[in-house]
This record gives sequence, structure tokens and C-alpha cells, in this order.
Amino acid sequence: MNHIFFFYFAAVIAGTSVLVVALRNPVYSALALLIMFFHVAGLYVTLHAEFLAAVQIVVYAGAILVLYLFVVMLLSIRSEERYHNQLPVAGLLGVTLCTEVLLLLIQSRTAPSAPGRSVEAAAETGNTEMIGEALYSTYLFPFEVASLILLVAMIGAIILAKKDIIETTE
Amino acid sequence: MEIGLRLAVSLAQIAAVMGVVMLTVMVLTLAERKVLGWMQDRMGPMEVGPYGVLQPIADGLKLFFKEDIIPAGANRFLFTLAPILALVPAMIGFAVIPFGPSMTIELFGMQVKPFVISDINIGILYILAFASIGAYGIILGGWSSNSKYSLLGGLRSAAQVISYELNVGLAIVGVILLSGSLSLVKITEAQAGGFWNWFVIAMPFPQIFAFVVYVISSVAETNRVPFDLPEAESELVAGFFTEYSGMRFAFFFIAEYANMILVSCVAAALFLGGWNAPYPGTILGHLGLDALAWIENVVWFAAKVYFFLFLFFWLRATLPRLRYDQLMRFGWKVMLPIALGNIVLTAIAAYFFPR
Repeated sequence: MNHIFFFYFAAVIAGTSVLVVALRNPVYSALALLIMFFHVAGLYVTLHAEFLAAVQIVVYAGAILVLYLFVVMLLSIRSEERYHNQLPVAGLLGVTLCTEVLLLLIQSRTAPSAPGRSVEAAAETGNTEMIGEALYSTYLFPFEVASLILLVAMIGAIILAKKDIIETTE
Repeated sequence: MEIGLRLAVSLAQIAAVMGVVMLTVMVLTLAERKVLGWMQDRMGPMEVGPYGVLQPIADGLKLFFKEDIIPAGANRFLFTLAPILALVPAMIGFAVIPFGPSMTIELFGMQVKPFVISDINIGILYILAFASIGAYGIILGGWSSNSKYSLLGGLRSAAQVISYELNVGLAIVGVILLSGSLSLVKITEAQAGGFWNWFVIAMPFPQIFAFVVYVISSVAETNRVPFDLPEAESELVAGFFTEYSGMRFAFFFIAEYANMILVSCVAAALFLGGWNAPYPGTILGHLGLDALAWIENVVWFAAKVYFFLFLFFWLRATLPRLRYDQLMRFGWKVMLPIALGNIVLTAIAAYFFPR
């Protein structure tokens, strides 16, 4: 049962990811990306990571992609032809990479590594609590660094956007 | 067999909840016109049926038989898809709303929770996730119509929904800190035992500021007056659904009302104790009729939801529309700092006075 779901989600993720770059209409690309986000969330649900699934949809589908669509619609690009002559190169690279991954997979037929903190433990305490604990204890330093970087990016964006306003007032 | 039965019971529950929601939408269309009428010293609709009560059925029939027009130059695929994308997220959120006490009954040898379709442990996040998807219907509807009014309406809506969604999410965090759970069932149960336990006034830190931020932001998120800039009729004709007619228009219309009901349900469950009565226990329970106590709880939940729905109409009759820059400034410079400050203070209070 789990395998059926995994292969369904994986197939749709792969298919829609290709569509995102292959479709000519940017709005359709954004929609393909939306479908992909949902299936990634579905993959998280099959792994019993409901919190991640919900956050995936809230952040990526709910906020970031809406901003993309916003920009695409403001510029009102009906179709974008500039990047589509890269298709042969991209195809060649893609096929090469796929063969490499396949070769690696065939060569290293080792048993899958034992799962760390087991899924059952997460199901008992609730994976939201587990993620919170891990973020604020084991991974506290990387977490804080990530927040600092995001803060810097935010301030940078504001300064860039306000540049001409500051110059005109001086 | 087991799976089939479970599926059948779930489908029956979903059908029941959908039926109640659609019925409430019908009641709301009439109630809105009647309440607005009374507030403006008019009668409201009076022609169809006694006292105009059959007006929603007449409206529904009219919309059903209207010609379905797709404007020239519109993107047919997205034009068709947009109303569905608006309606489905509005309906799907009701899956995690607890309408009544969390009891289990035996049905065909299975444990069934009659008043909540699915008690998932991230209930409130689930609702936030699908509420944010509802914006796609509006944006794509505006874009695919190939009309400048629709496009402007869609763009306004995108900016507005993103800005105010953030405030809704942050306002809820205080409640989550106090209850220690993301499940709406557990949040409601944490408020049992009288109105002084409702999170809007509960110790150690009353969520009254979060409540105000939530109510204002949810009005903005459902595109209602005074935040109805995406469909401002004086400047944008009808905003993002200018070009829609017939059943497609009806879909957008139902989605707006279903969203109103959904945010009212969430407000009732998070801040006003959900199905809990404002006194400890239930009167029917104290009288020894424990088997019927759920009726009282469901009635209390409905009363709270209808209070919020009435608030929507009340605001519409009272307030003028905001200007667009005022709307953005209000969202980011007033609502957001209040919501953030509430989180900090609630966290401190919850740390020193754990419940």
C-alpha cells in the first residue's frame, strides 16, 4: 500500500517538475509547480510527517507561489520563448545524470540503513513536538544561524526596495 | 469489508457536514439581505414565499438556468478551473472542525466520532494551508478572464490574502501556546468548564488582542466589507468575477460564504470555547439527561458561529471601504506588531504560569 502511494507521488512529482520548465505559458508552469508542492506534501504524509506536510503547503503553495503568480501576472507574459532553445542541452545533461544515478543504484545494492528515531516514536509523541524538540535542542545553532541569515536577507531586500526613496529625500 | 464500511461511514459524515454547510450558505444569503435591510430601515426581500424566506431557492434556480458565458480571449481551461479552485478549499476545511462533544459511538462494530470528520493532530495548520490555497481561485479567475477589472481584482486579492493570512496565523499562535496542541478537538477541550476558561479571557494571559487581530484579519481574508477591495464595485465593477455568470459565478459566491462560515467556526473553536457552554457542564447533563447533552453543546457552537456571521453583516452595514494603501499599512504596521507582541507576552506568561 505504502509503495503504491510512494510511486504515485514520486511519478507525479517528477512529471510536474519537468512540466514546470517545459511549458510555454508561465501561468501553467506555476500551476504545475502547485501540483508538485501538493504531492511533495503527500510524500511527507506517507512518512507520518504531517506537520512538515502542512508547513510545505502553507509556506510554498500558500505564500511563495502566490507571489510568483503575482509577478507573472503583473508582467503579463503570455509565453516565454527565450529559454526553450536550451532543451537539447538540458535533455542531454538530464539523460547523463539519470544514467549515472541508475548506475550508482545498481552498484550499491546494500540494505537500507536502519531508520534513526523510529516512526513509531514520532507517532506516539506527535511529530510536531519531535520537530520542535530537535530544532531547539540538537539543531539550535544551525536554526539560529538560519534565522539570522533570513533577517539579513529581509533587511537587504528592504534597503534595495527603498533605495530610490532614500536618495530622493537626501 | 472493514475498509468499505469505514469509507461508507466517512462519506456519510462528509455528506452530512457538506449538507449543513450548503444549507447555512442558503440561510446566509437570505439573512444577509434581511439584516442589511433592517439595519437600513427596509424590509429586505419580501416577494418569494411568506416573508421572502424562499428567496435563496429562487436565486439558486435563477443562477442554475442562466447562460454560461466564456468571454472572448479568455483562457478557457483556467476560466473553468478557477471557480472549482475557489470552492474546494473553502469546503475541505470543515473536515477538522469539531461541531460537538468529542464522544465516540459504536456503529457496525466501529468507533465513530459523530461530530468531527477527522481529528488530525495538526487540525489548525490544515485549515490554514487550505485557506491559503483559496487565493488561487481568485487570482486565476481574475487573470484568465482577459479583462482589466478582473485582473486588478485578482492582483489586489493576492496581495491582501498574503498580508492578512500572516496575521491570522500569528494570532492563532497564542492559543496554541496556551493549549499545547494543534488539534482543534484538544484546543476546544482545553477550554471546558465555564466561560472564564475560554481562551479569549483565560488566565494566565487573555488572548483578547489575538482575538481582535484574528477577527479583523479573517474579515480581510474572506474579502468582506470593509476589506472587499478585490470586488470593489465602484471602481472594479465586480472585481475578479466580473466576467463570470451562471453556475461559475455561483461557485465563487458559495466559496465566499463557506469561507465566512469556516473562519467563524475557527474563531468559535479557538477563542470562545467551541461547543463548550459558558457554564460548567451542561444543563441537560445536570438534569441527568447525559445522553442528550450533545444537543446543548451543538446549539452553543451554532450560536457562537452565528454570532460571528452576524458580525460580518453588521460590519458591512456600518463601515466604509478602506483605501488600498490604508489596507496594506493597517495590515503590516498595526496588526502584525500586535500579533507578534501577543506571541512574546503569551510565551512569557505560559512559561511562568504553566496551565
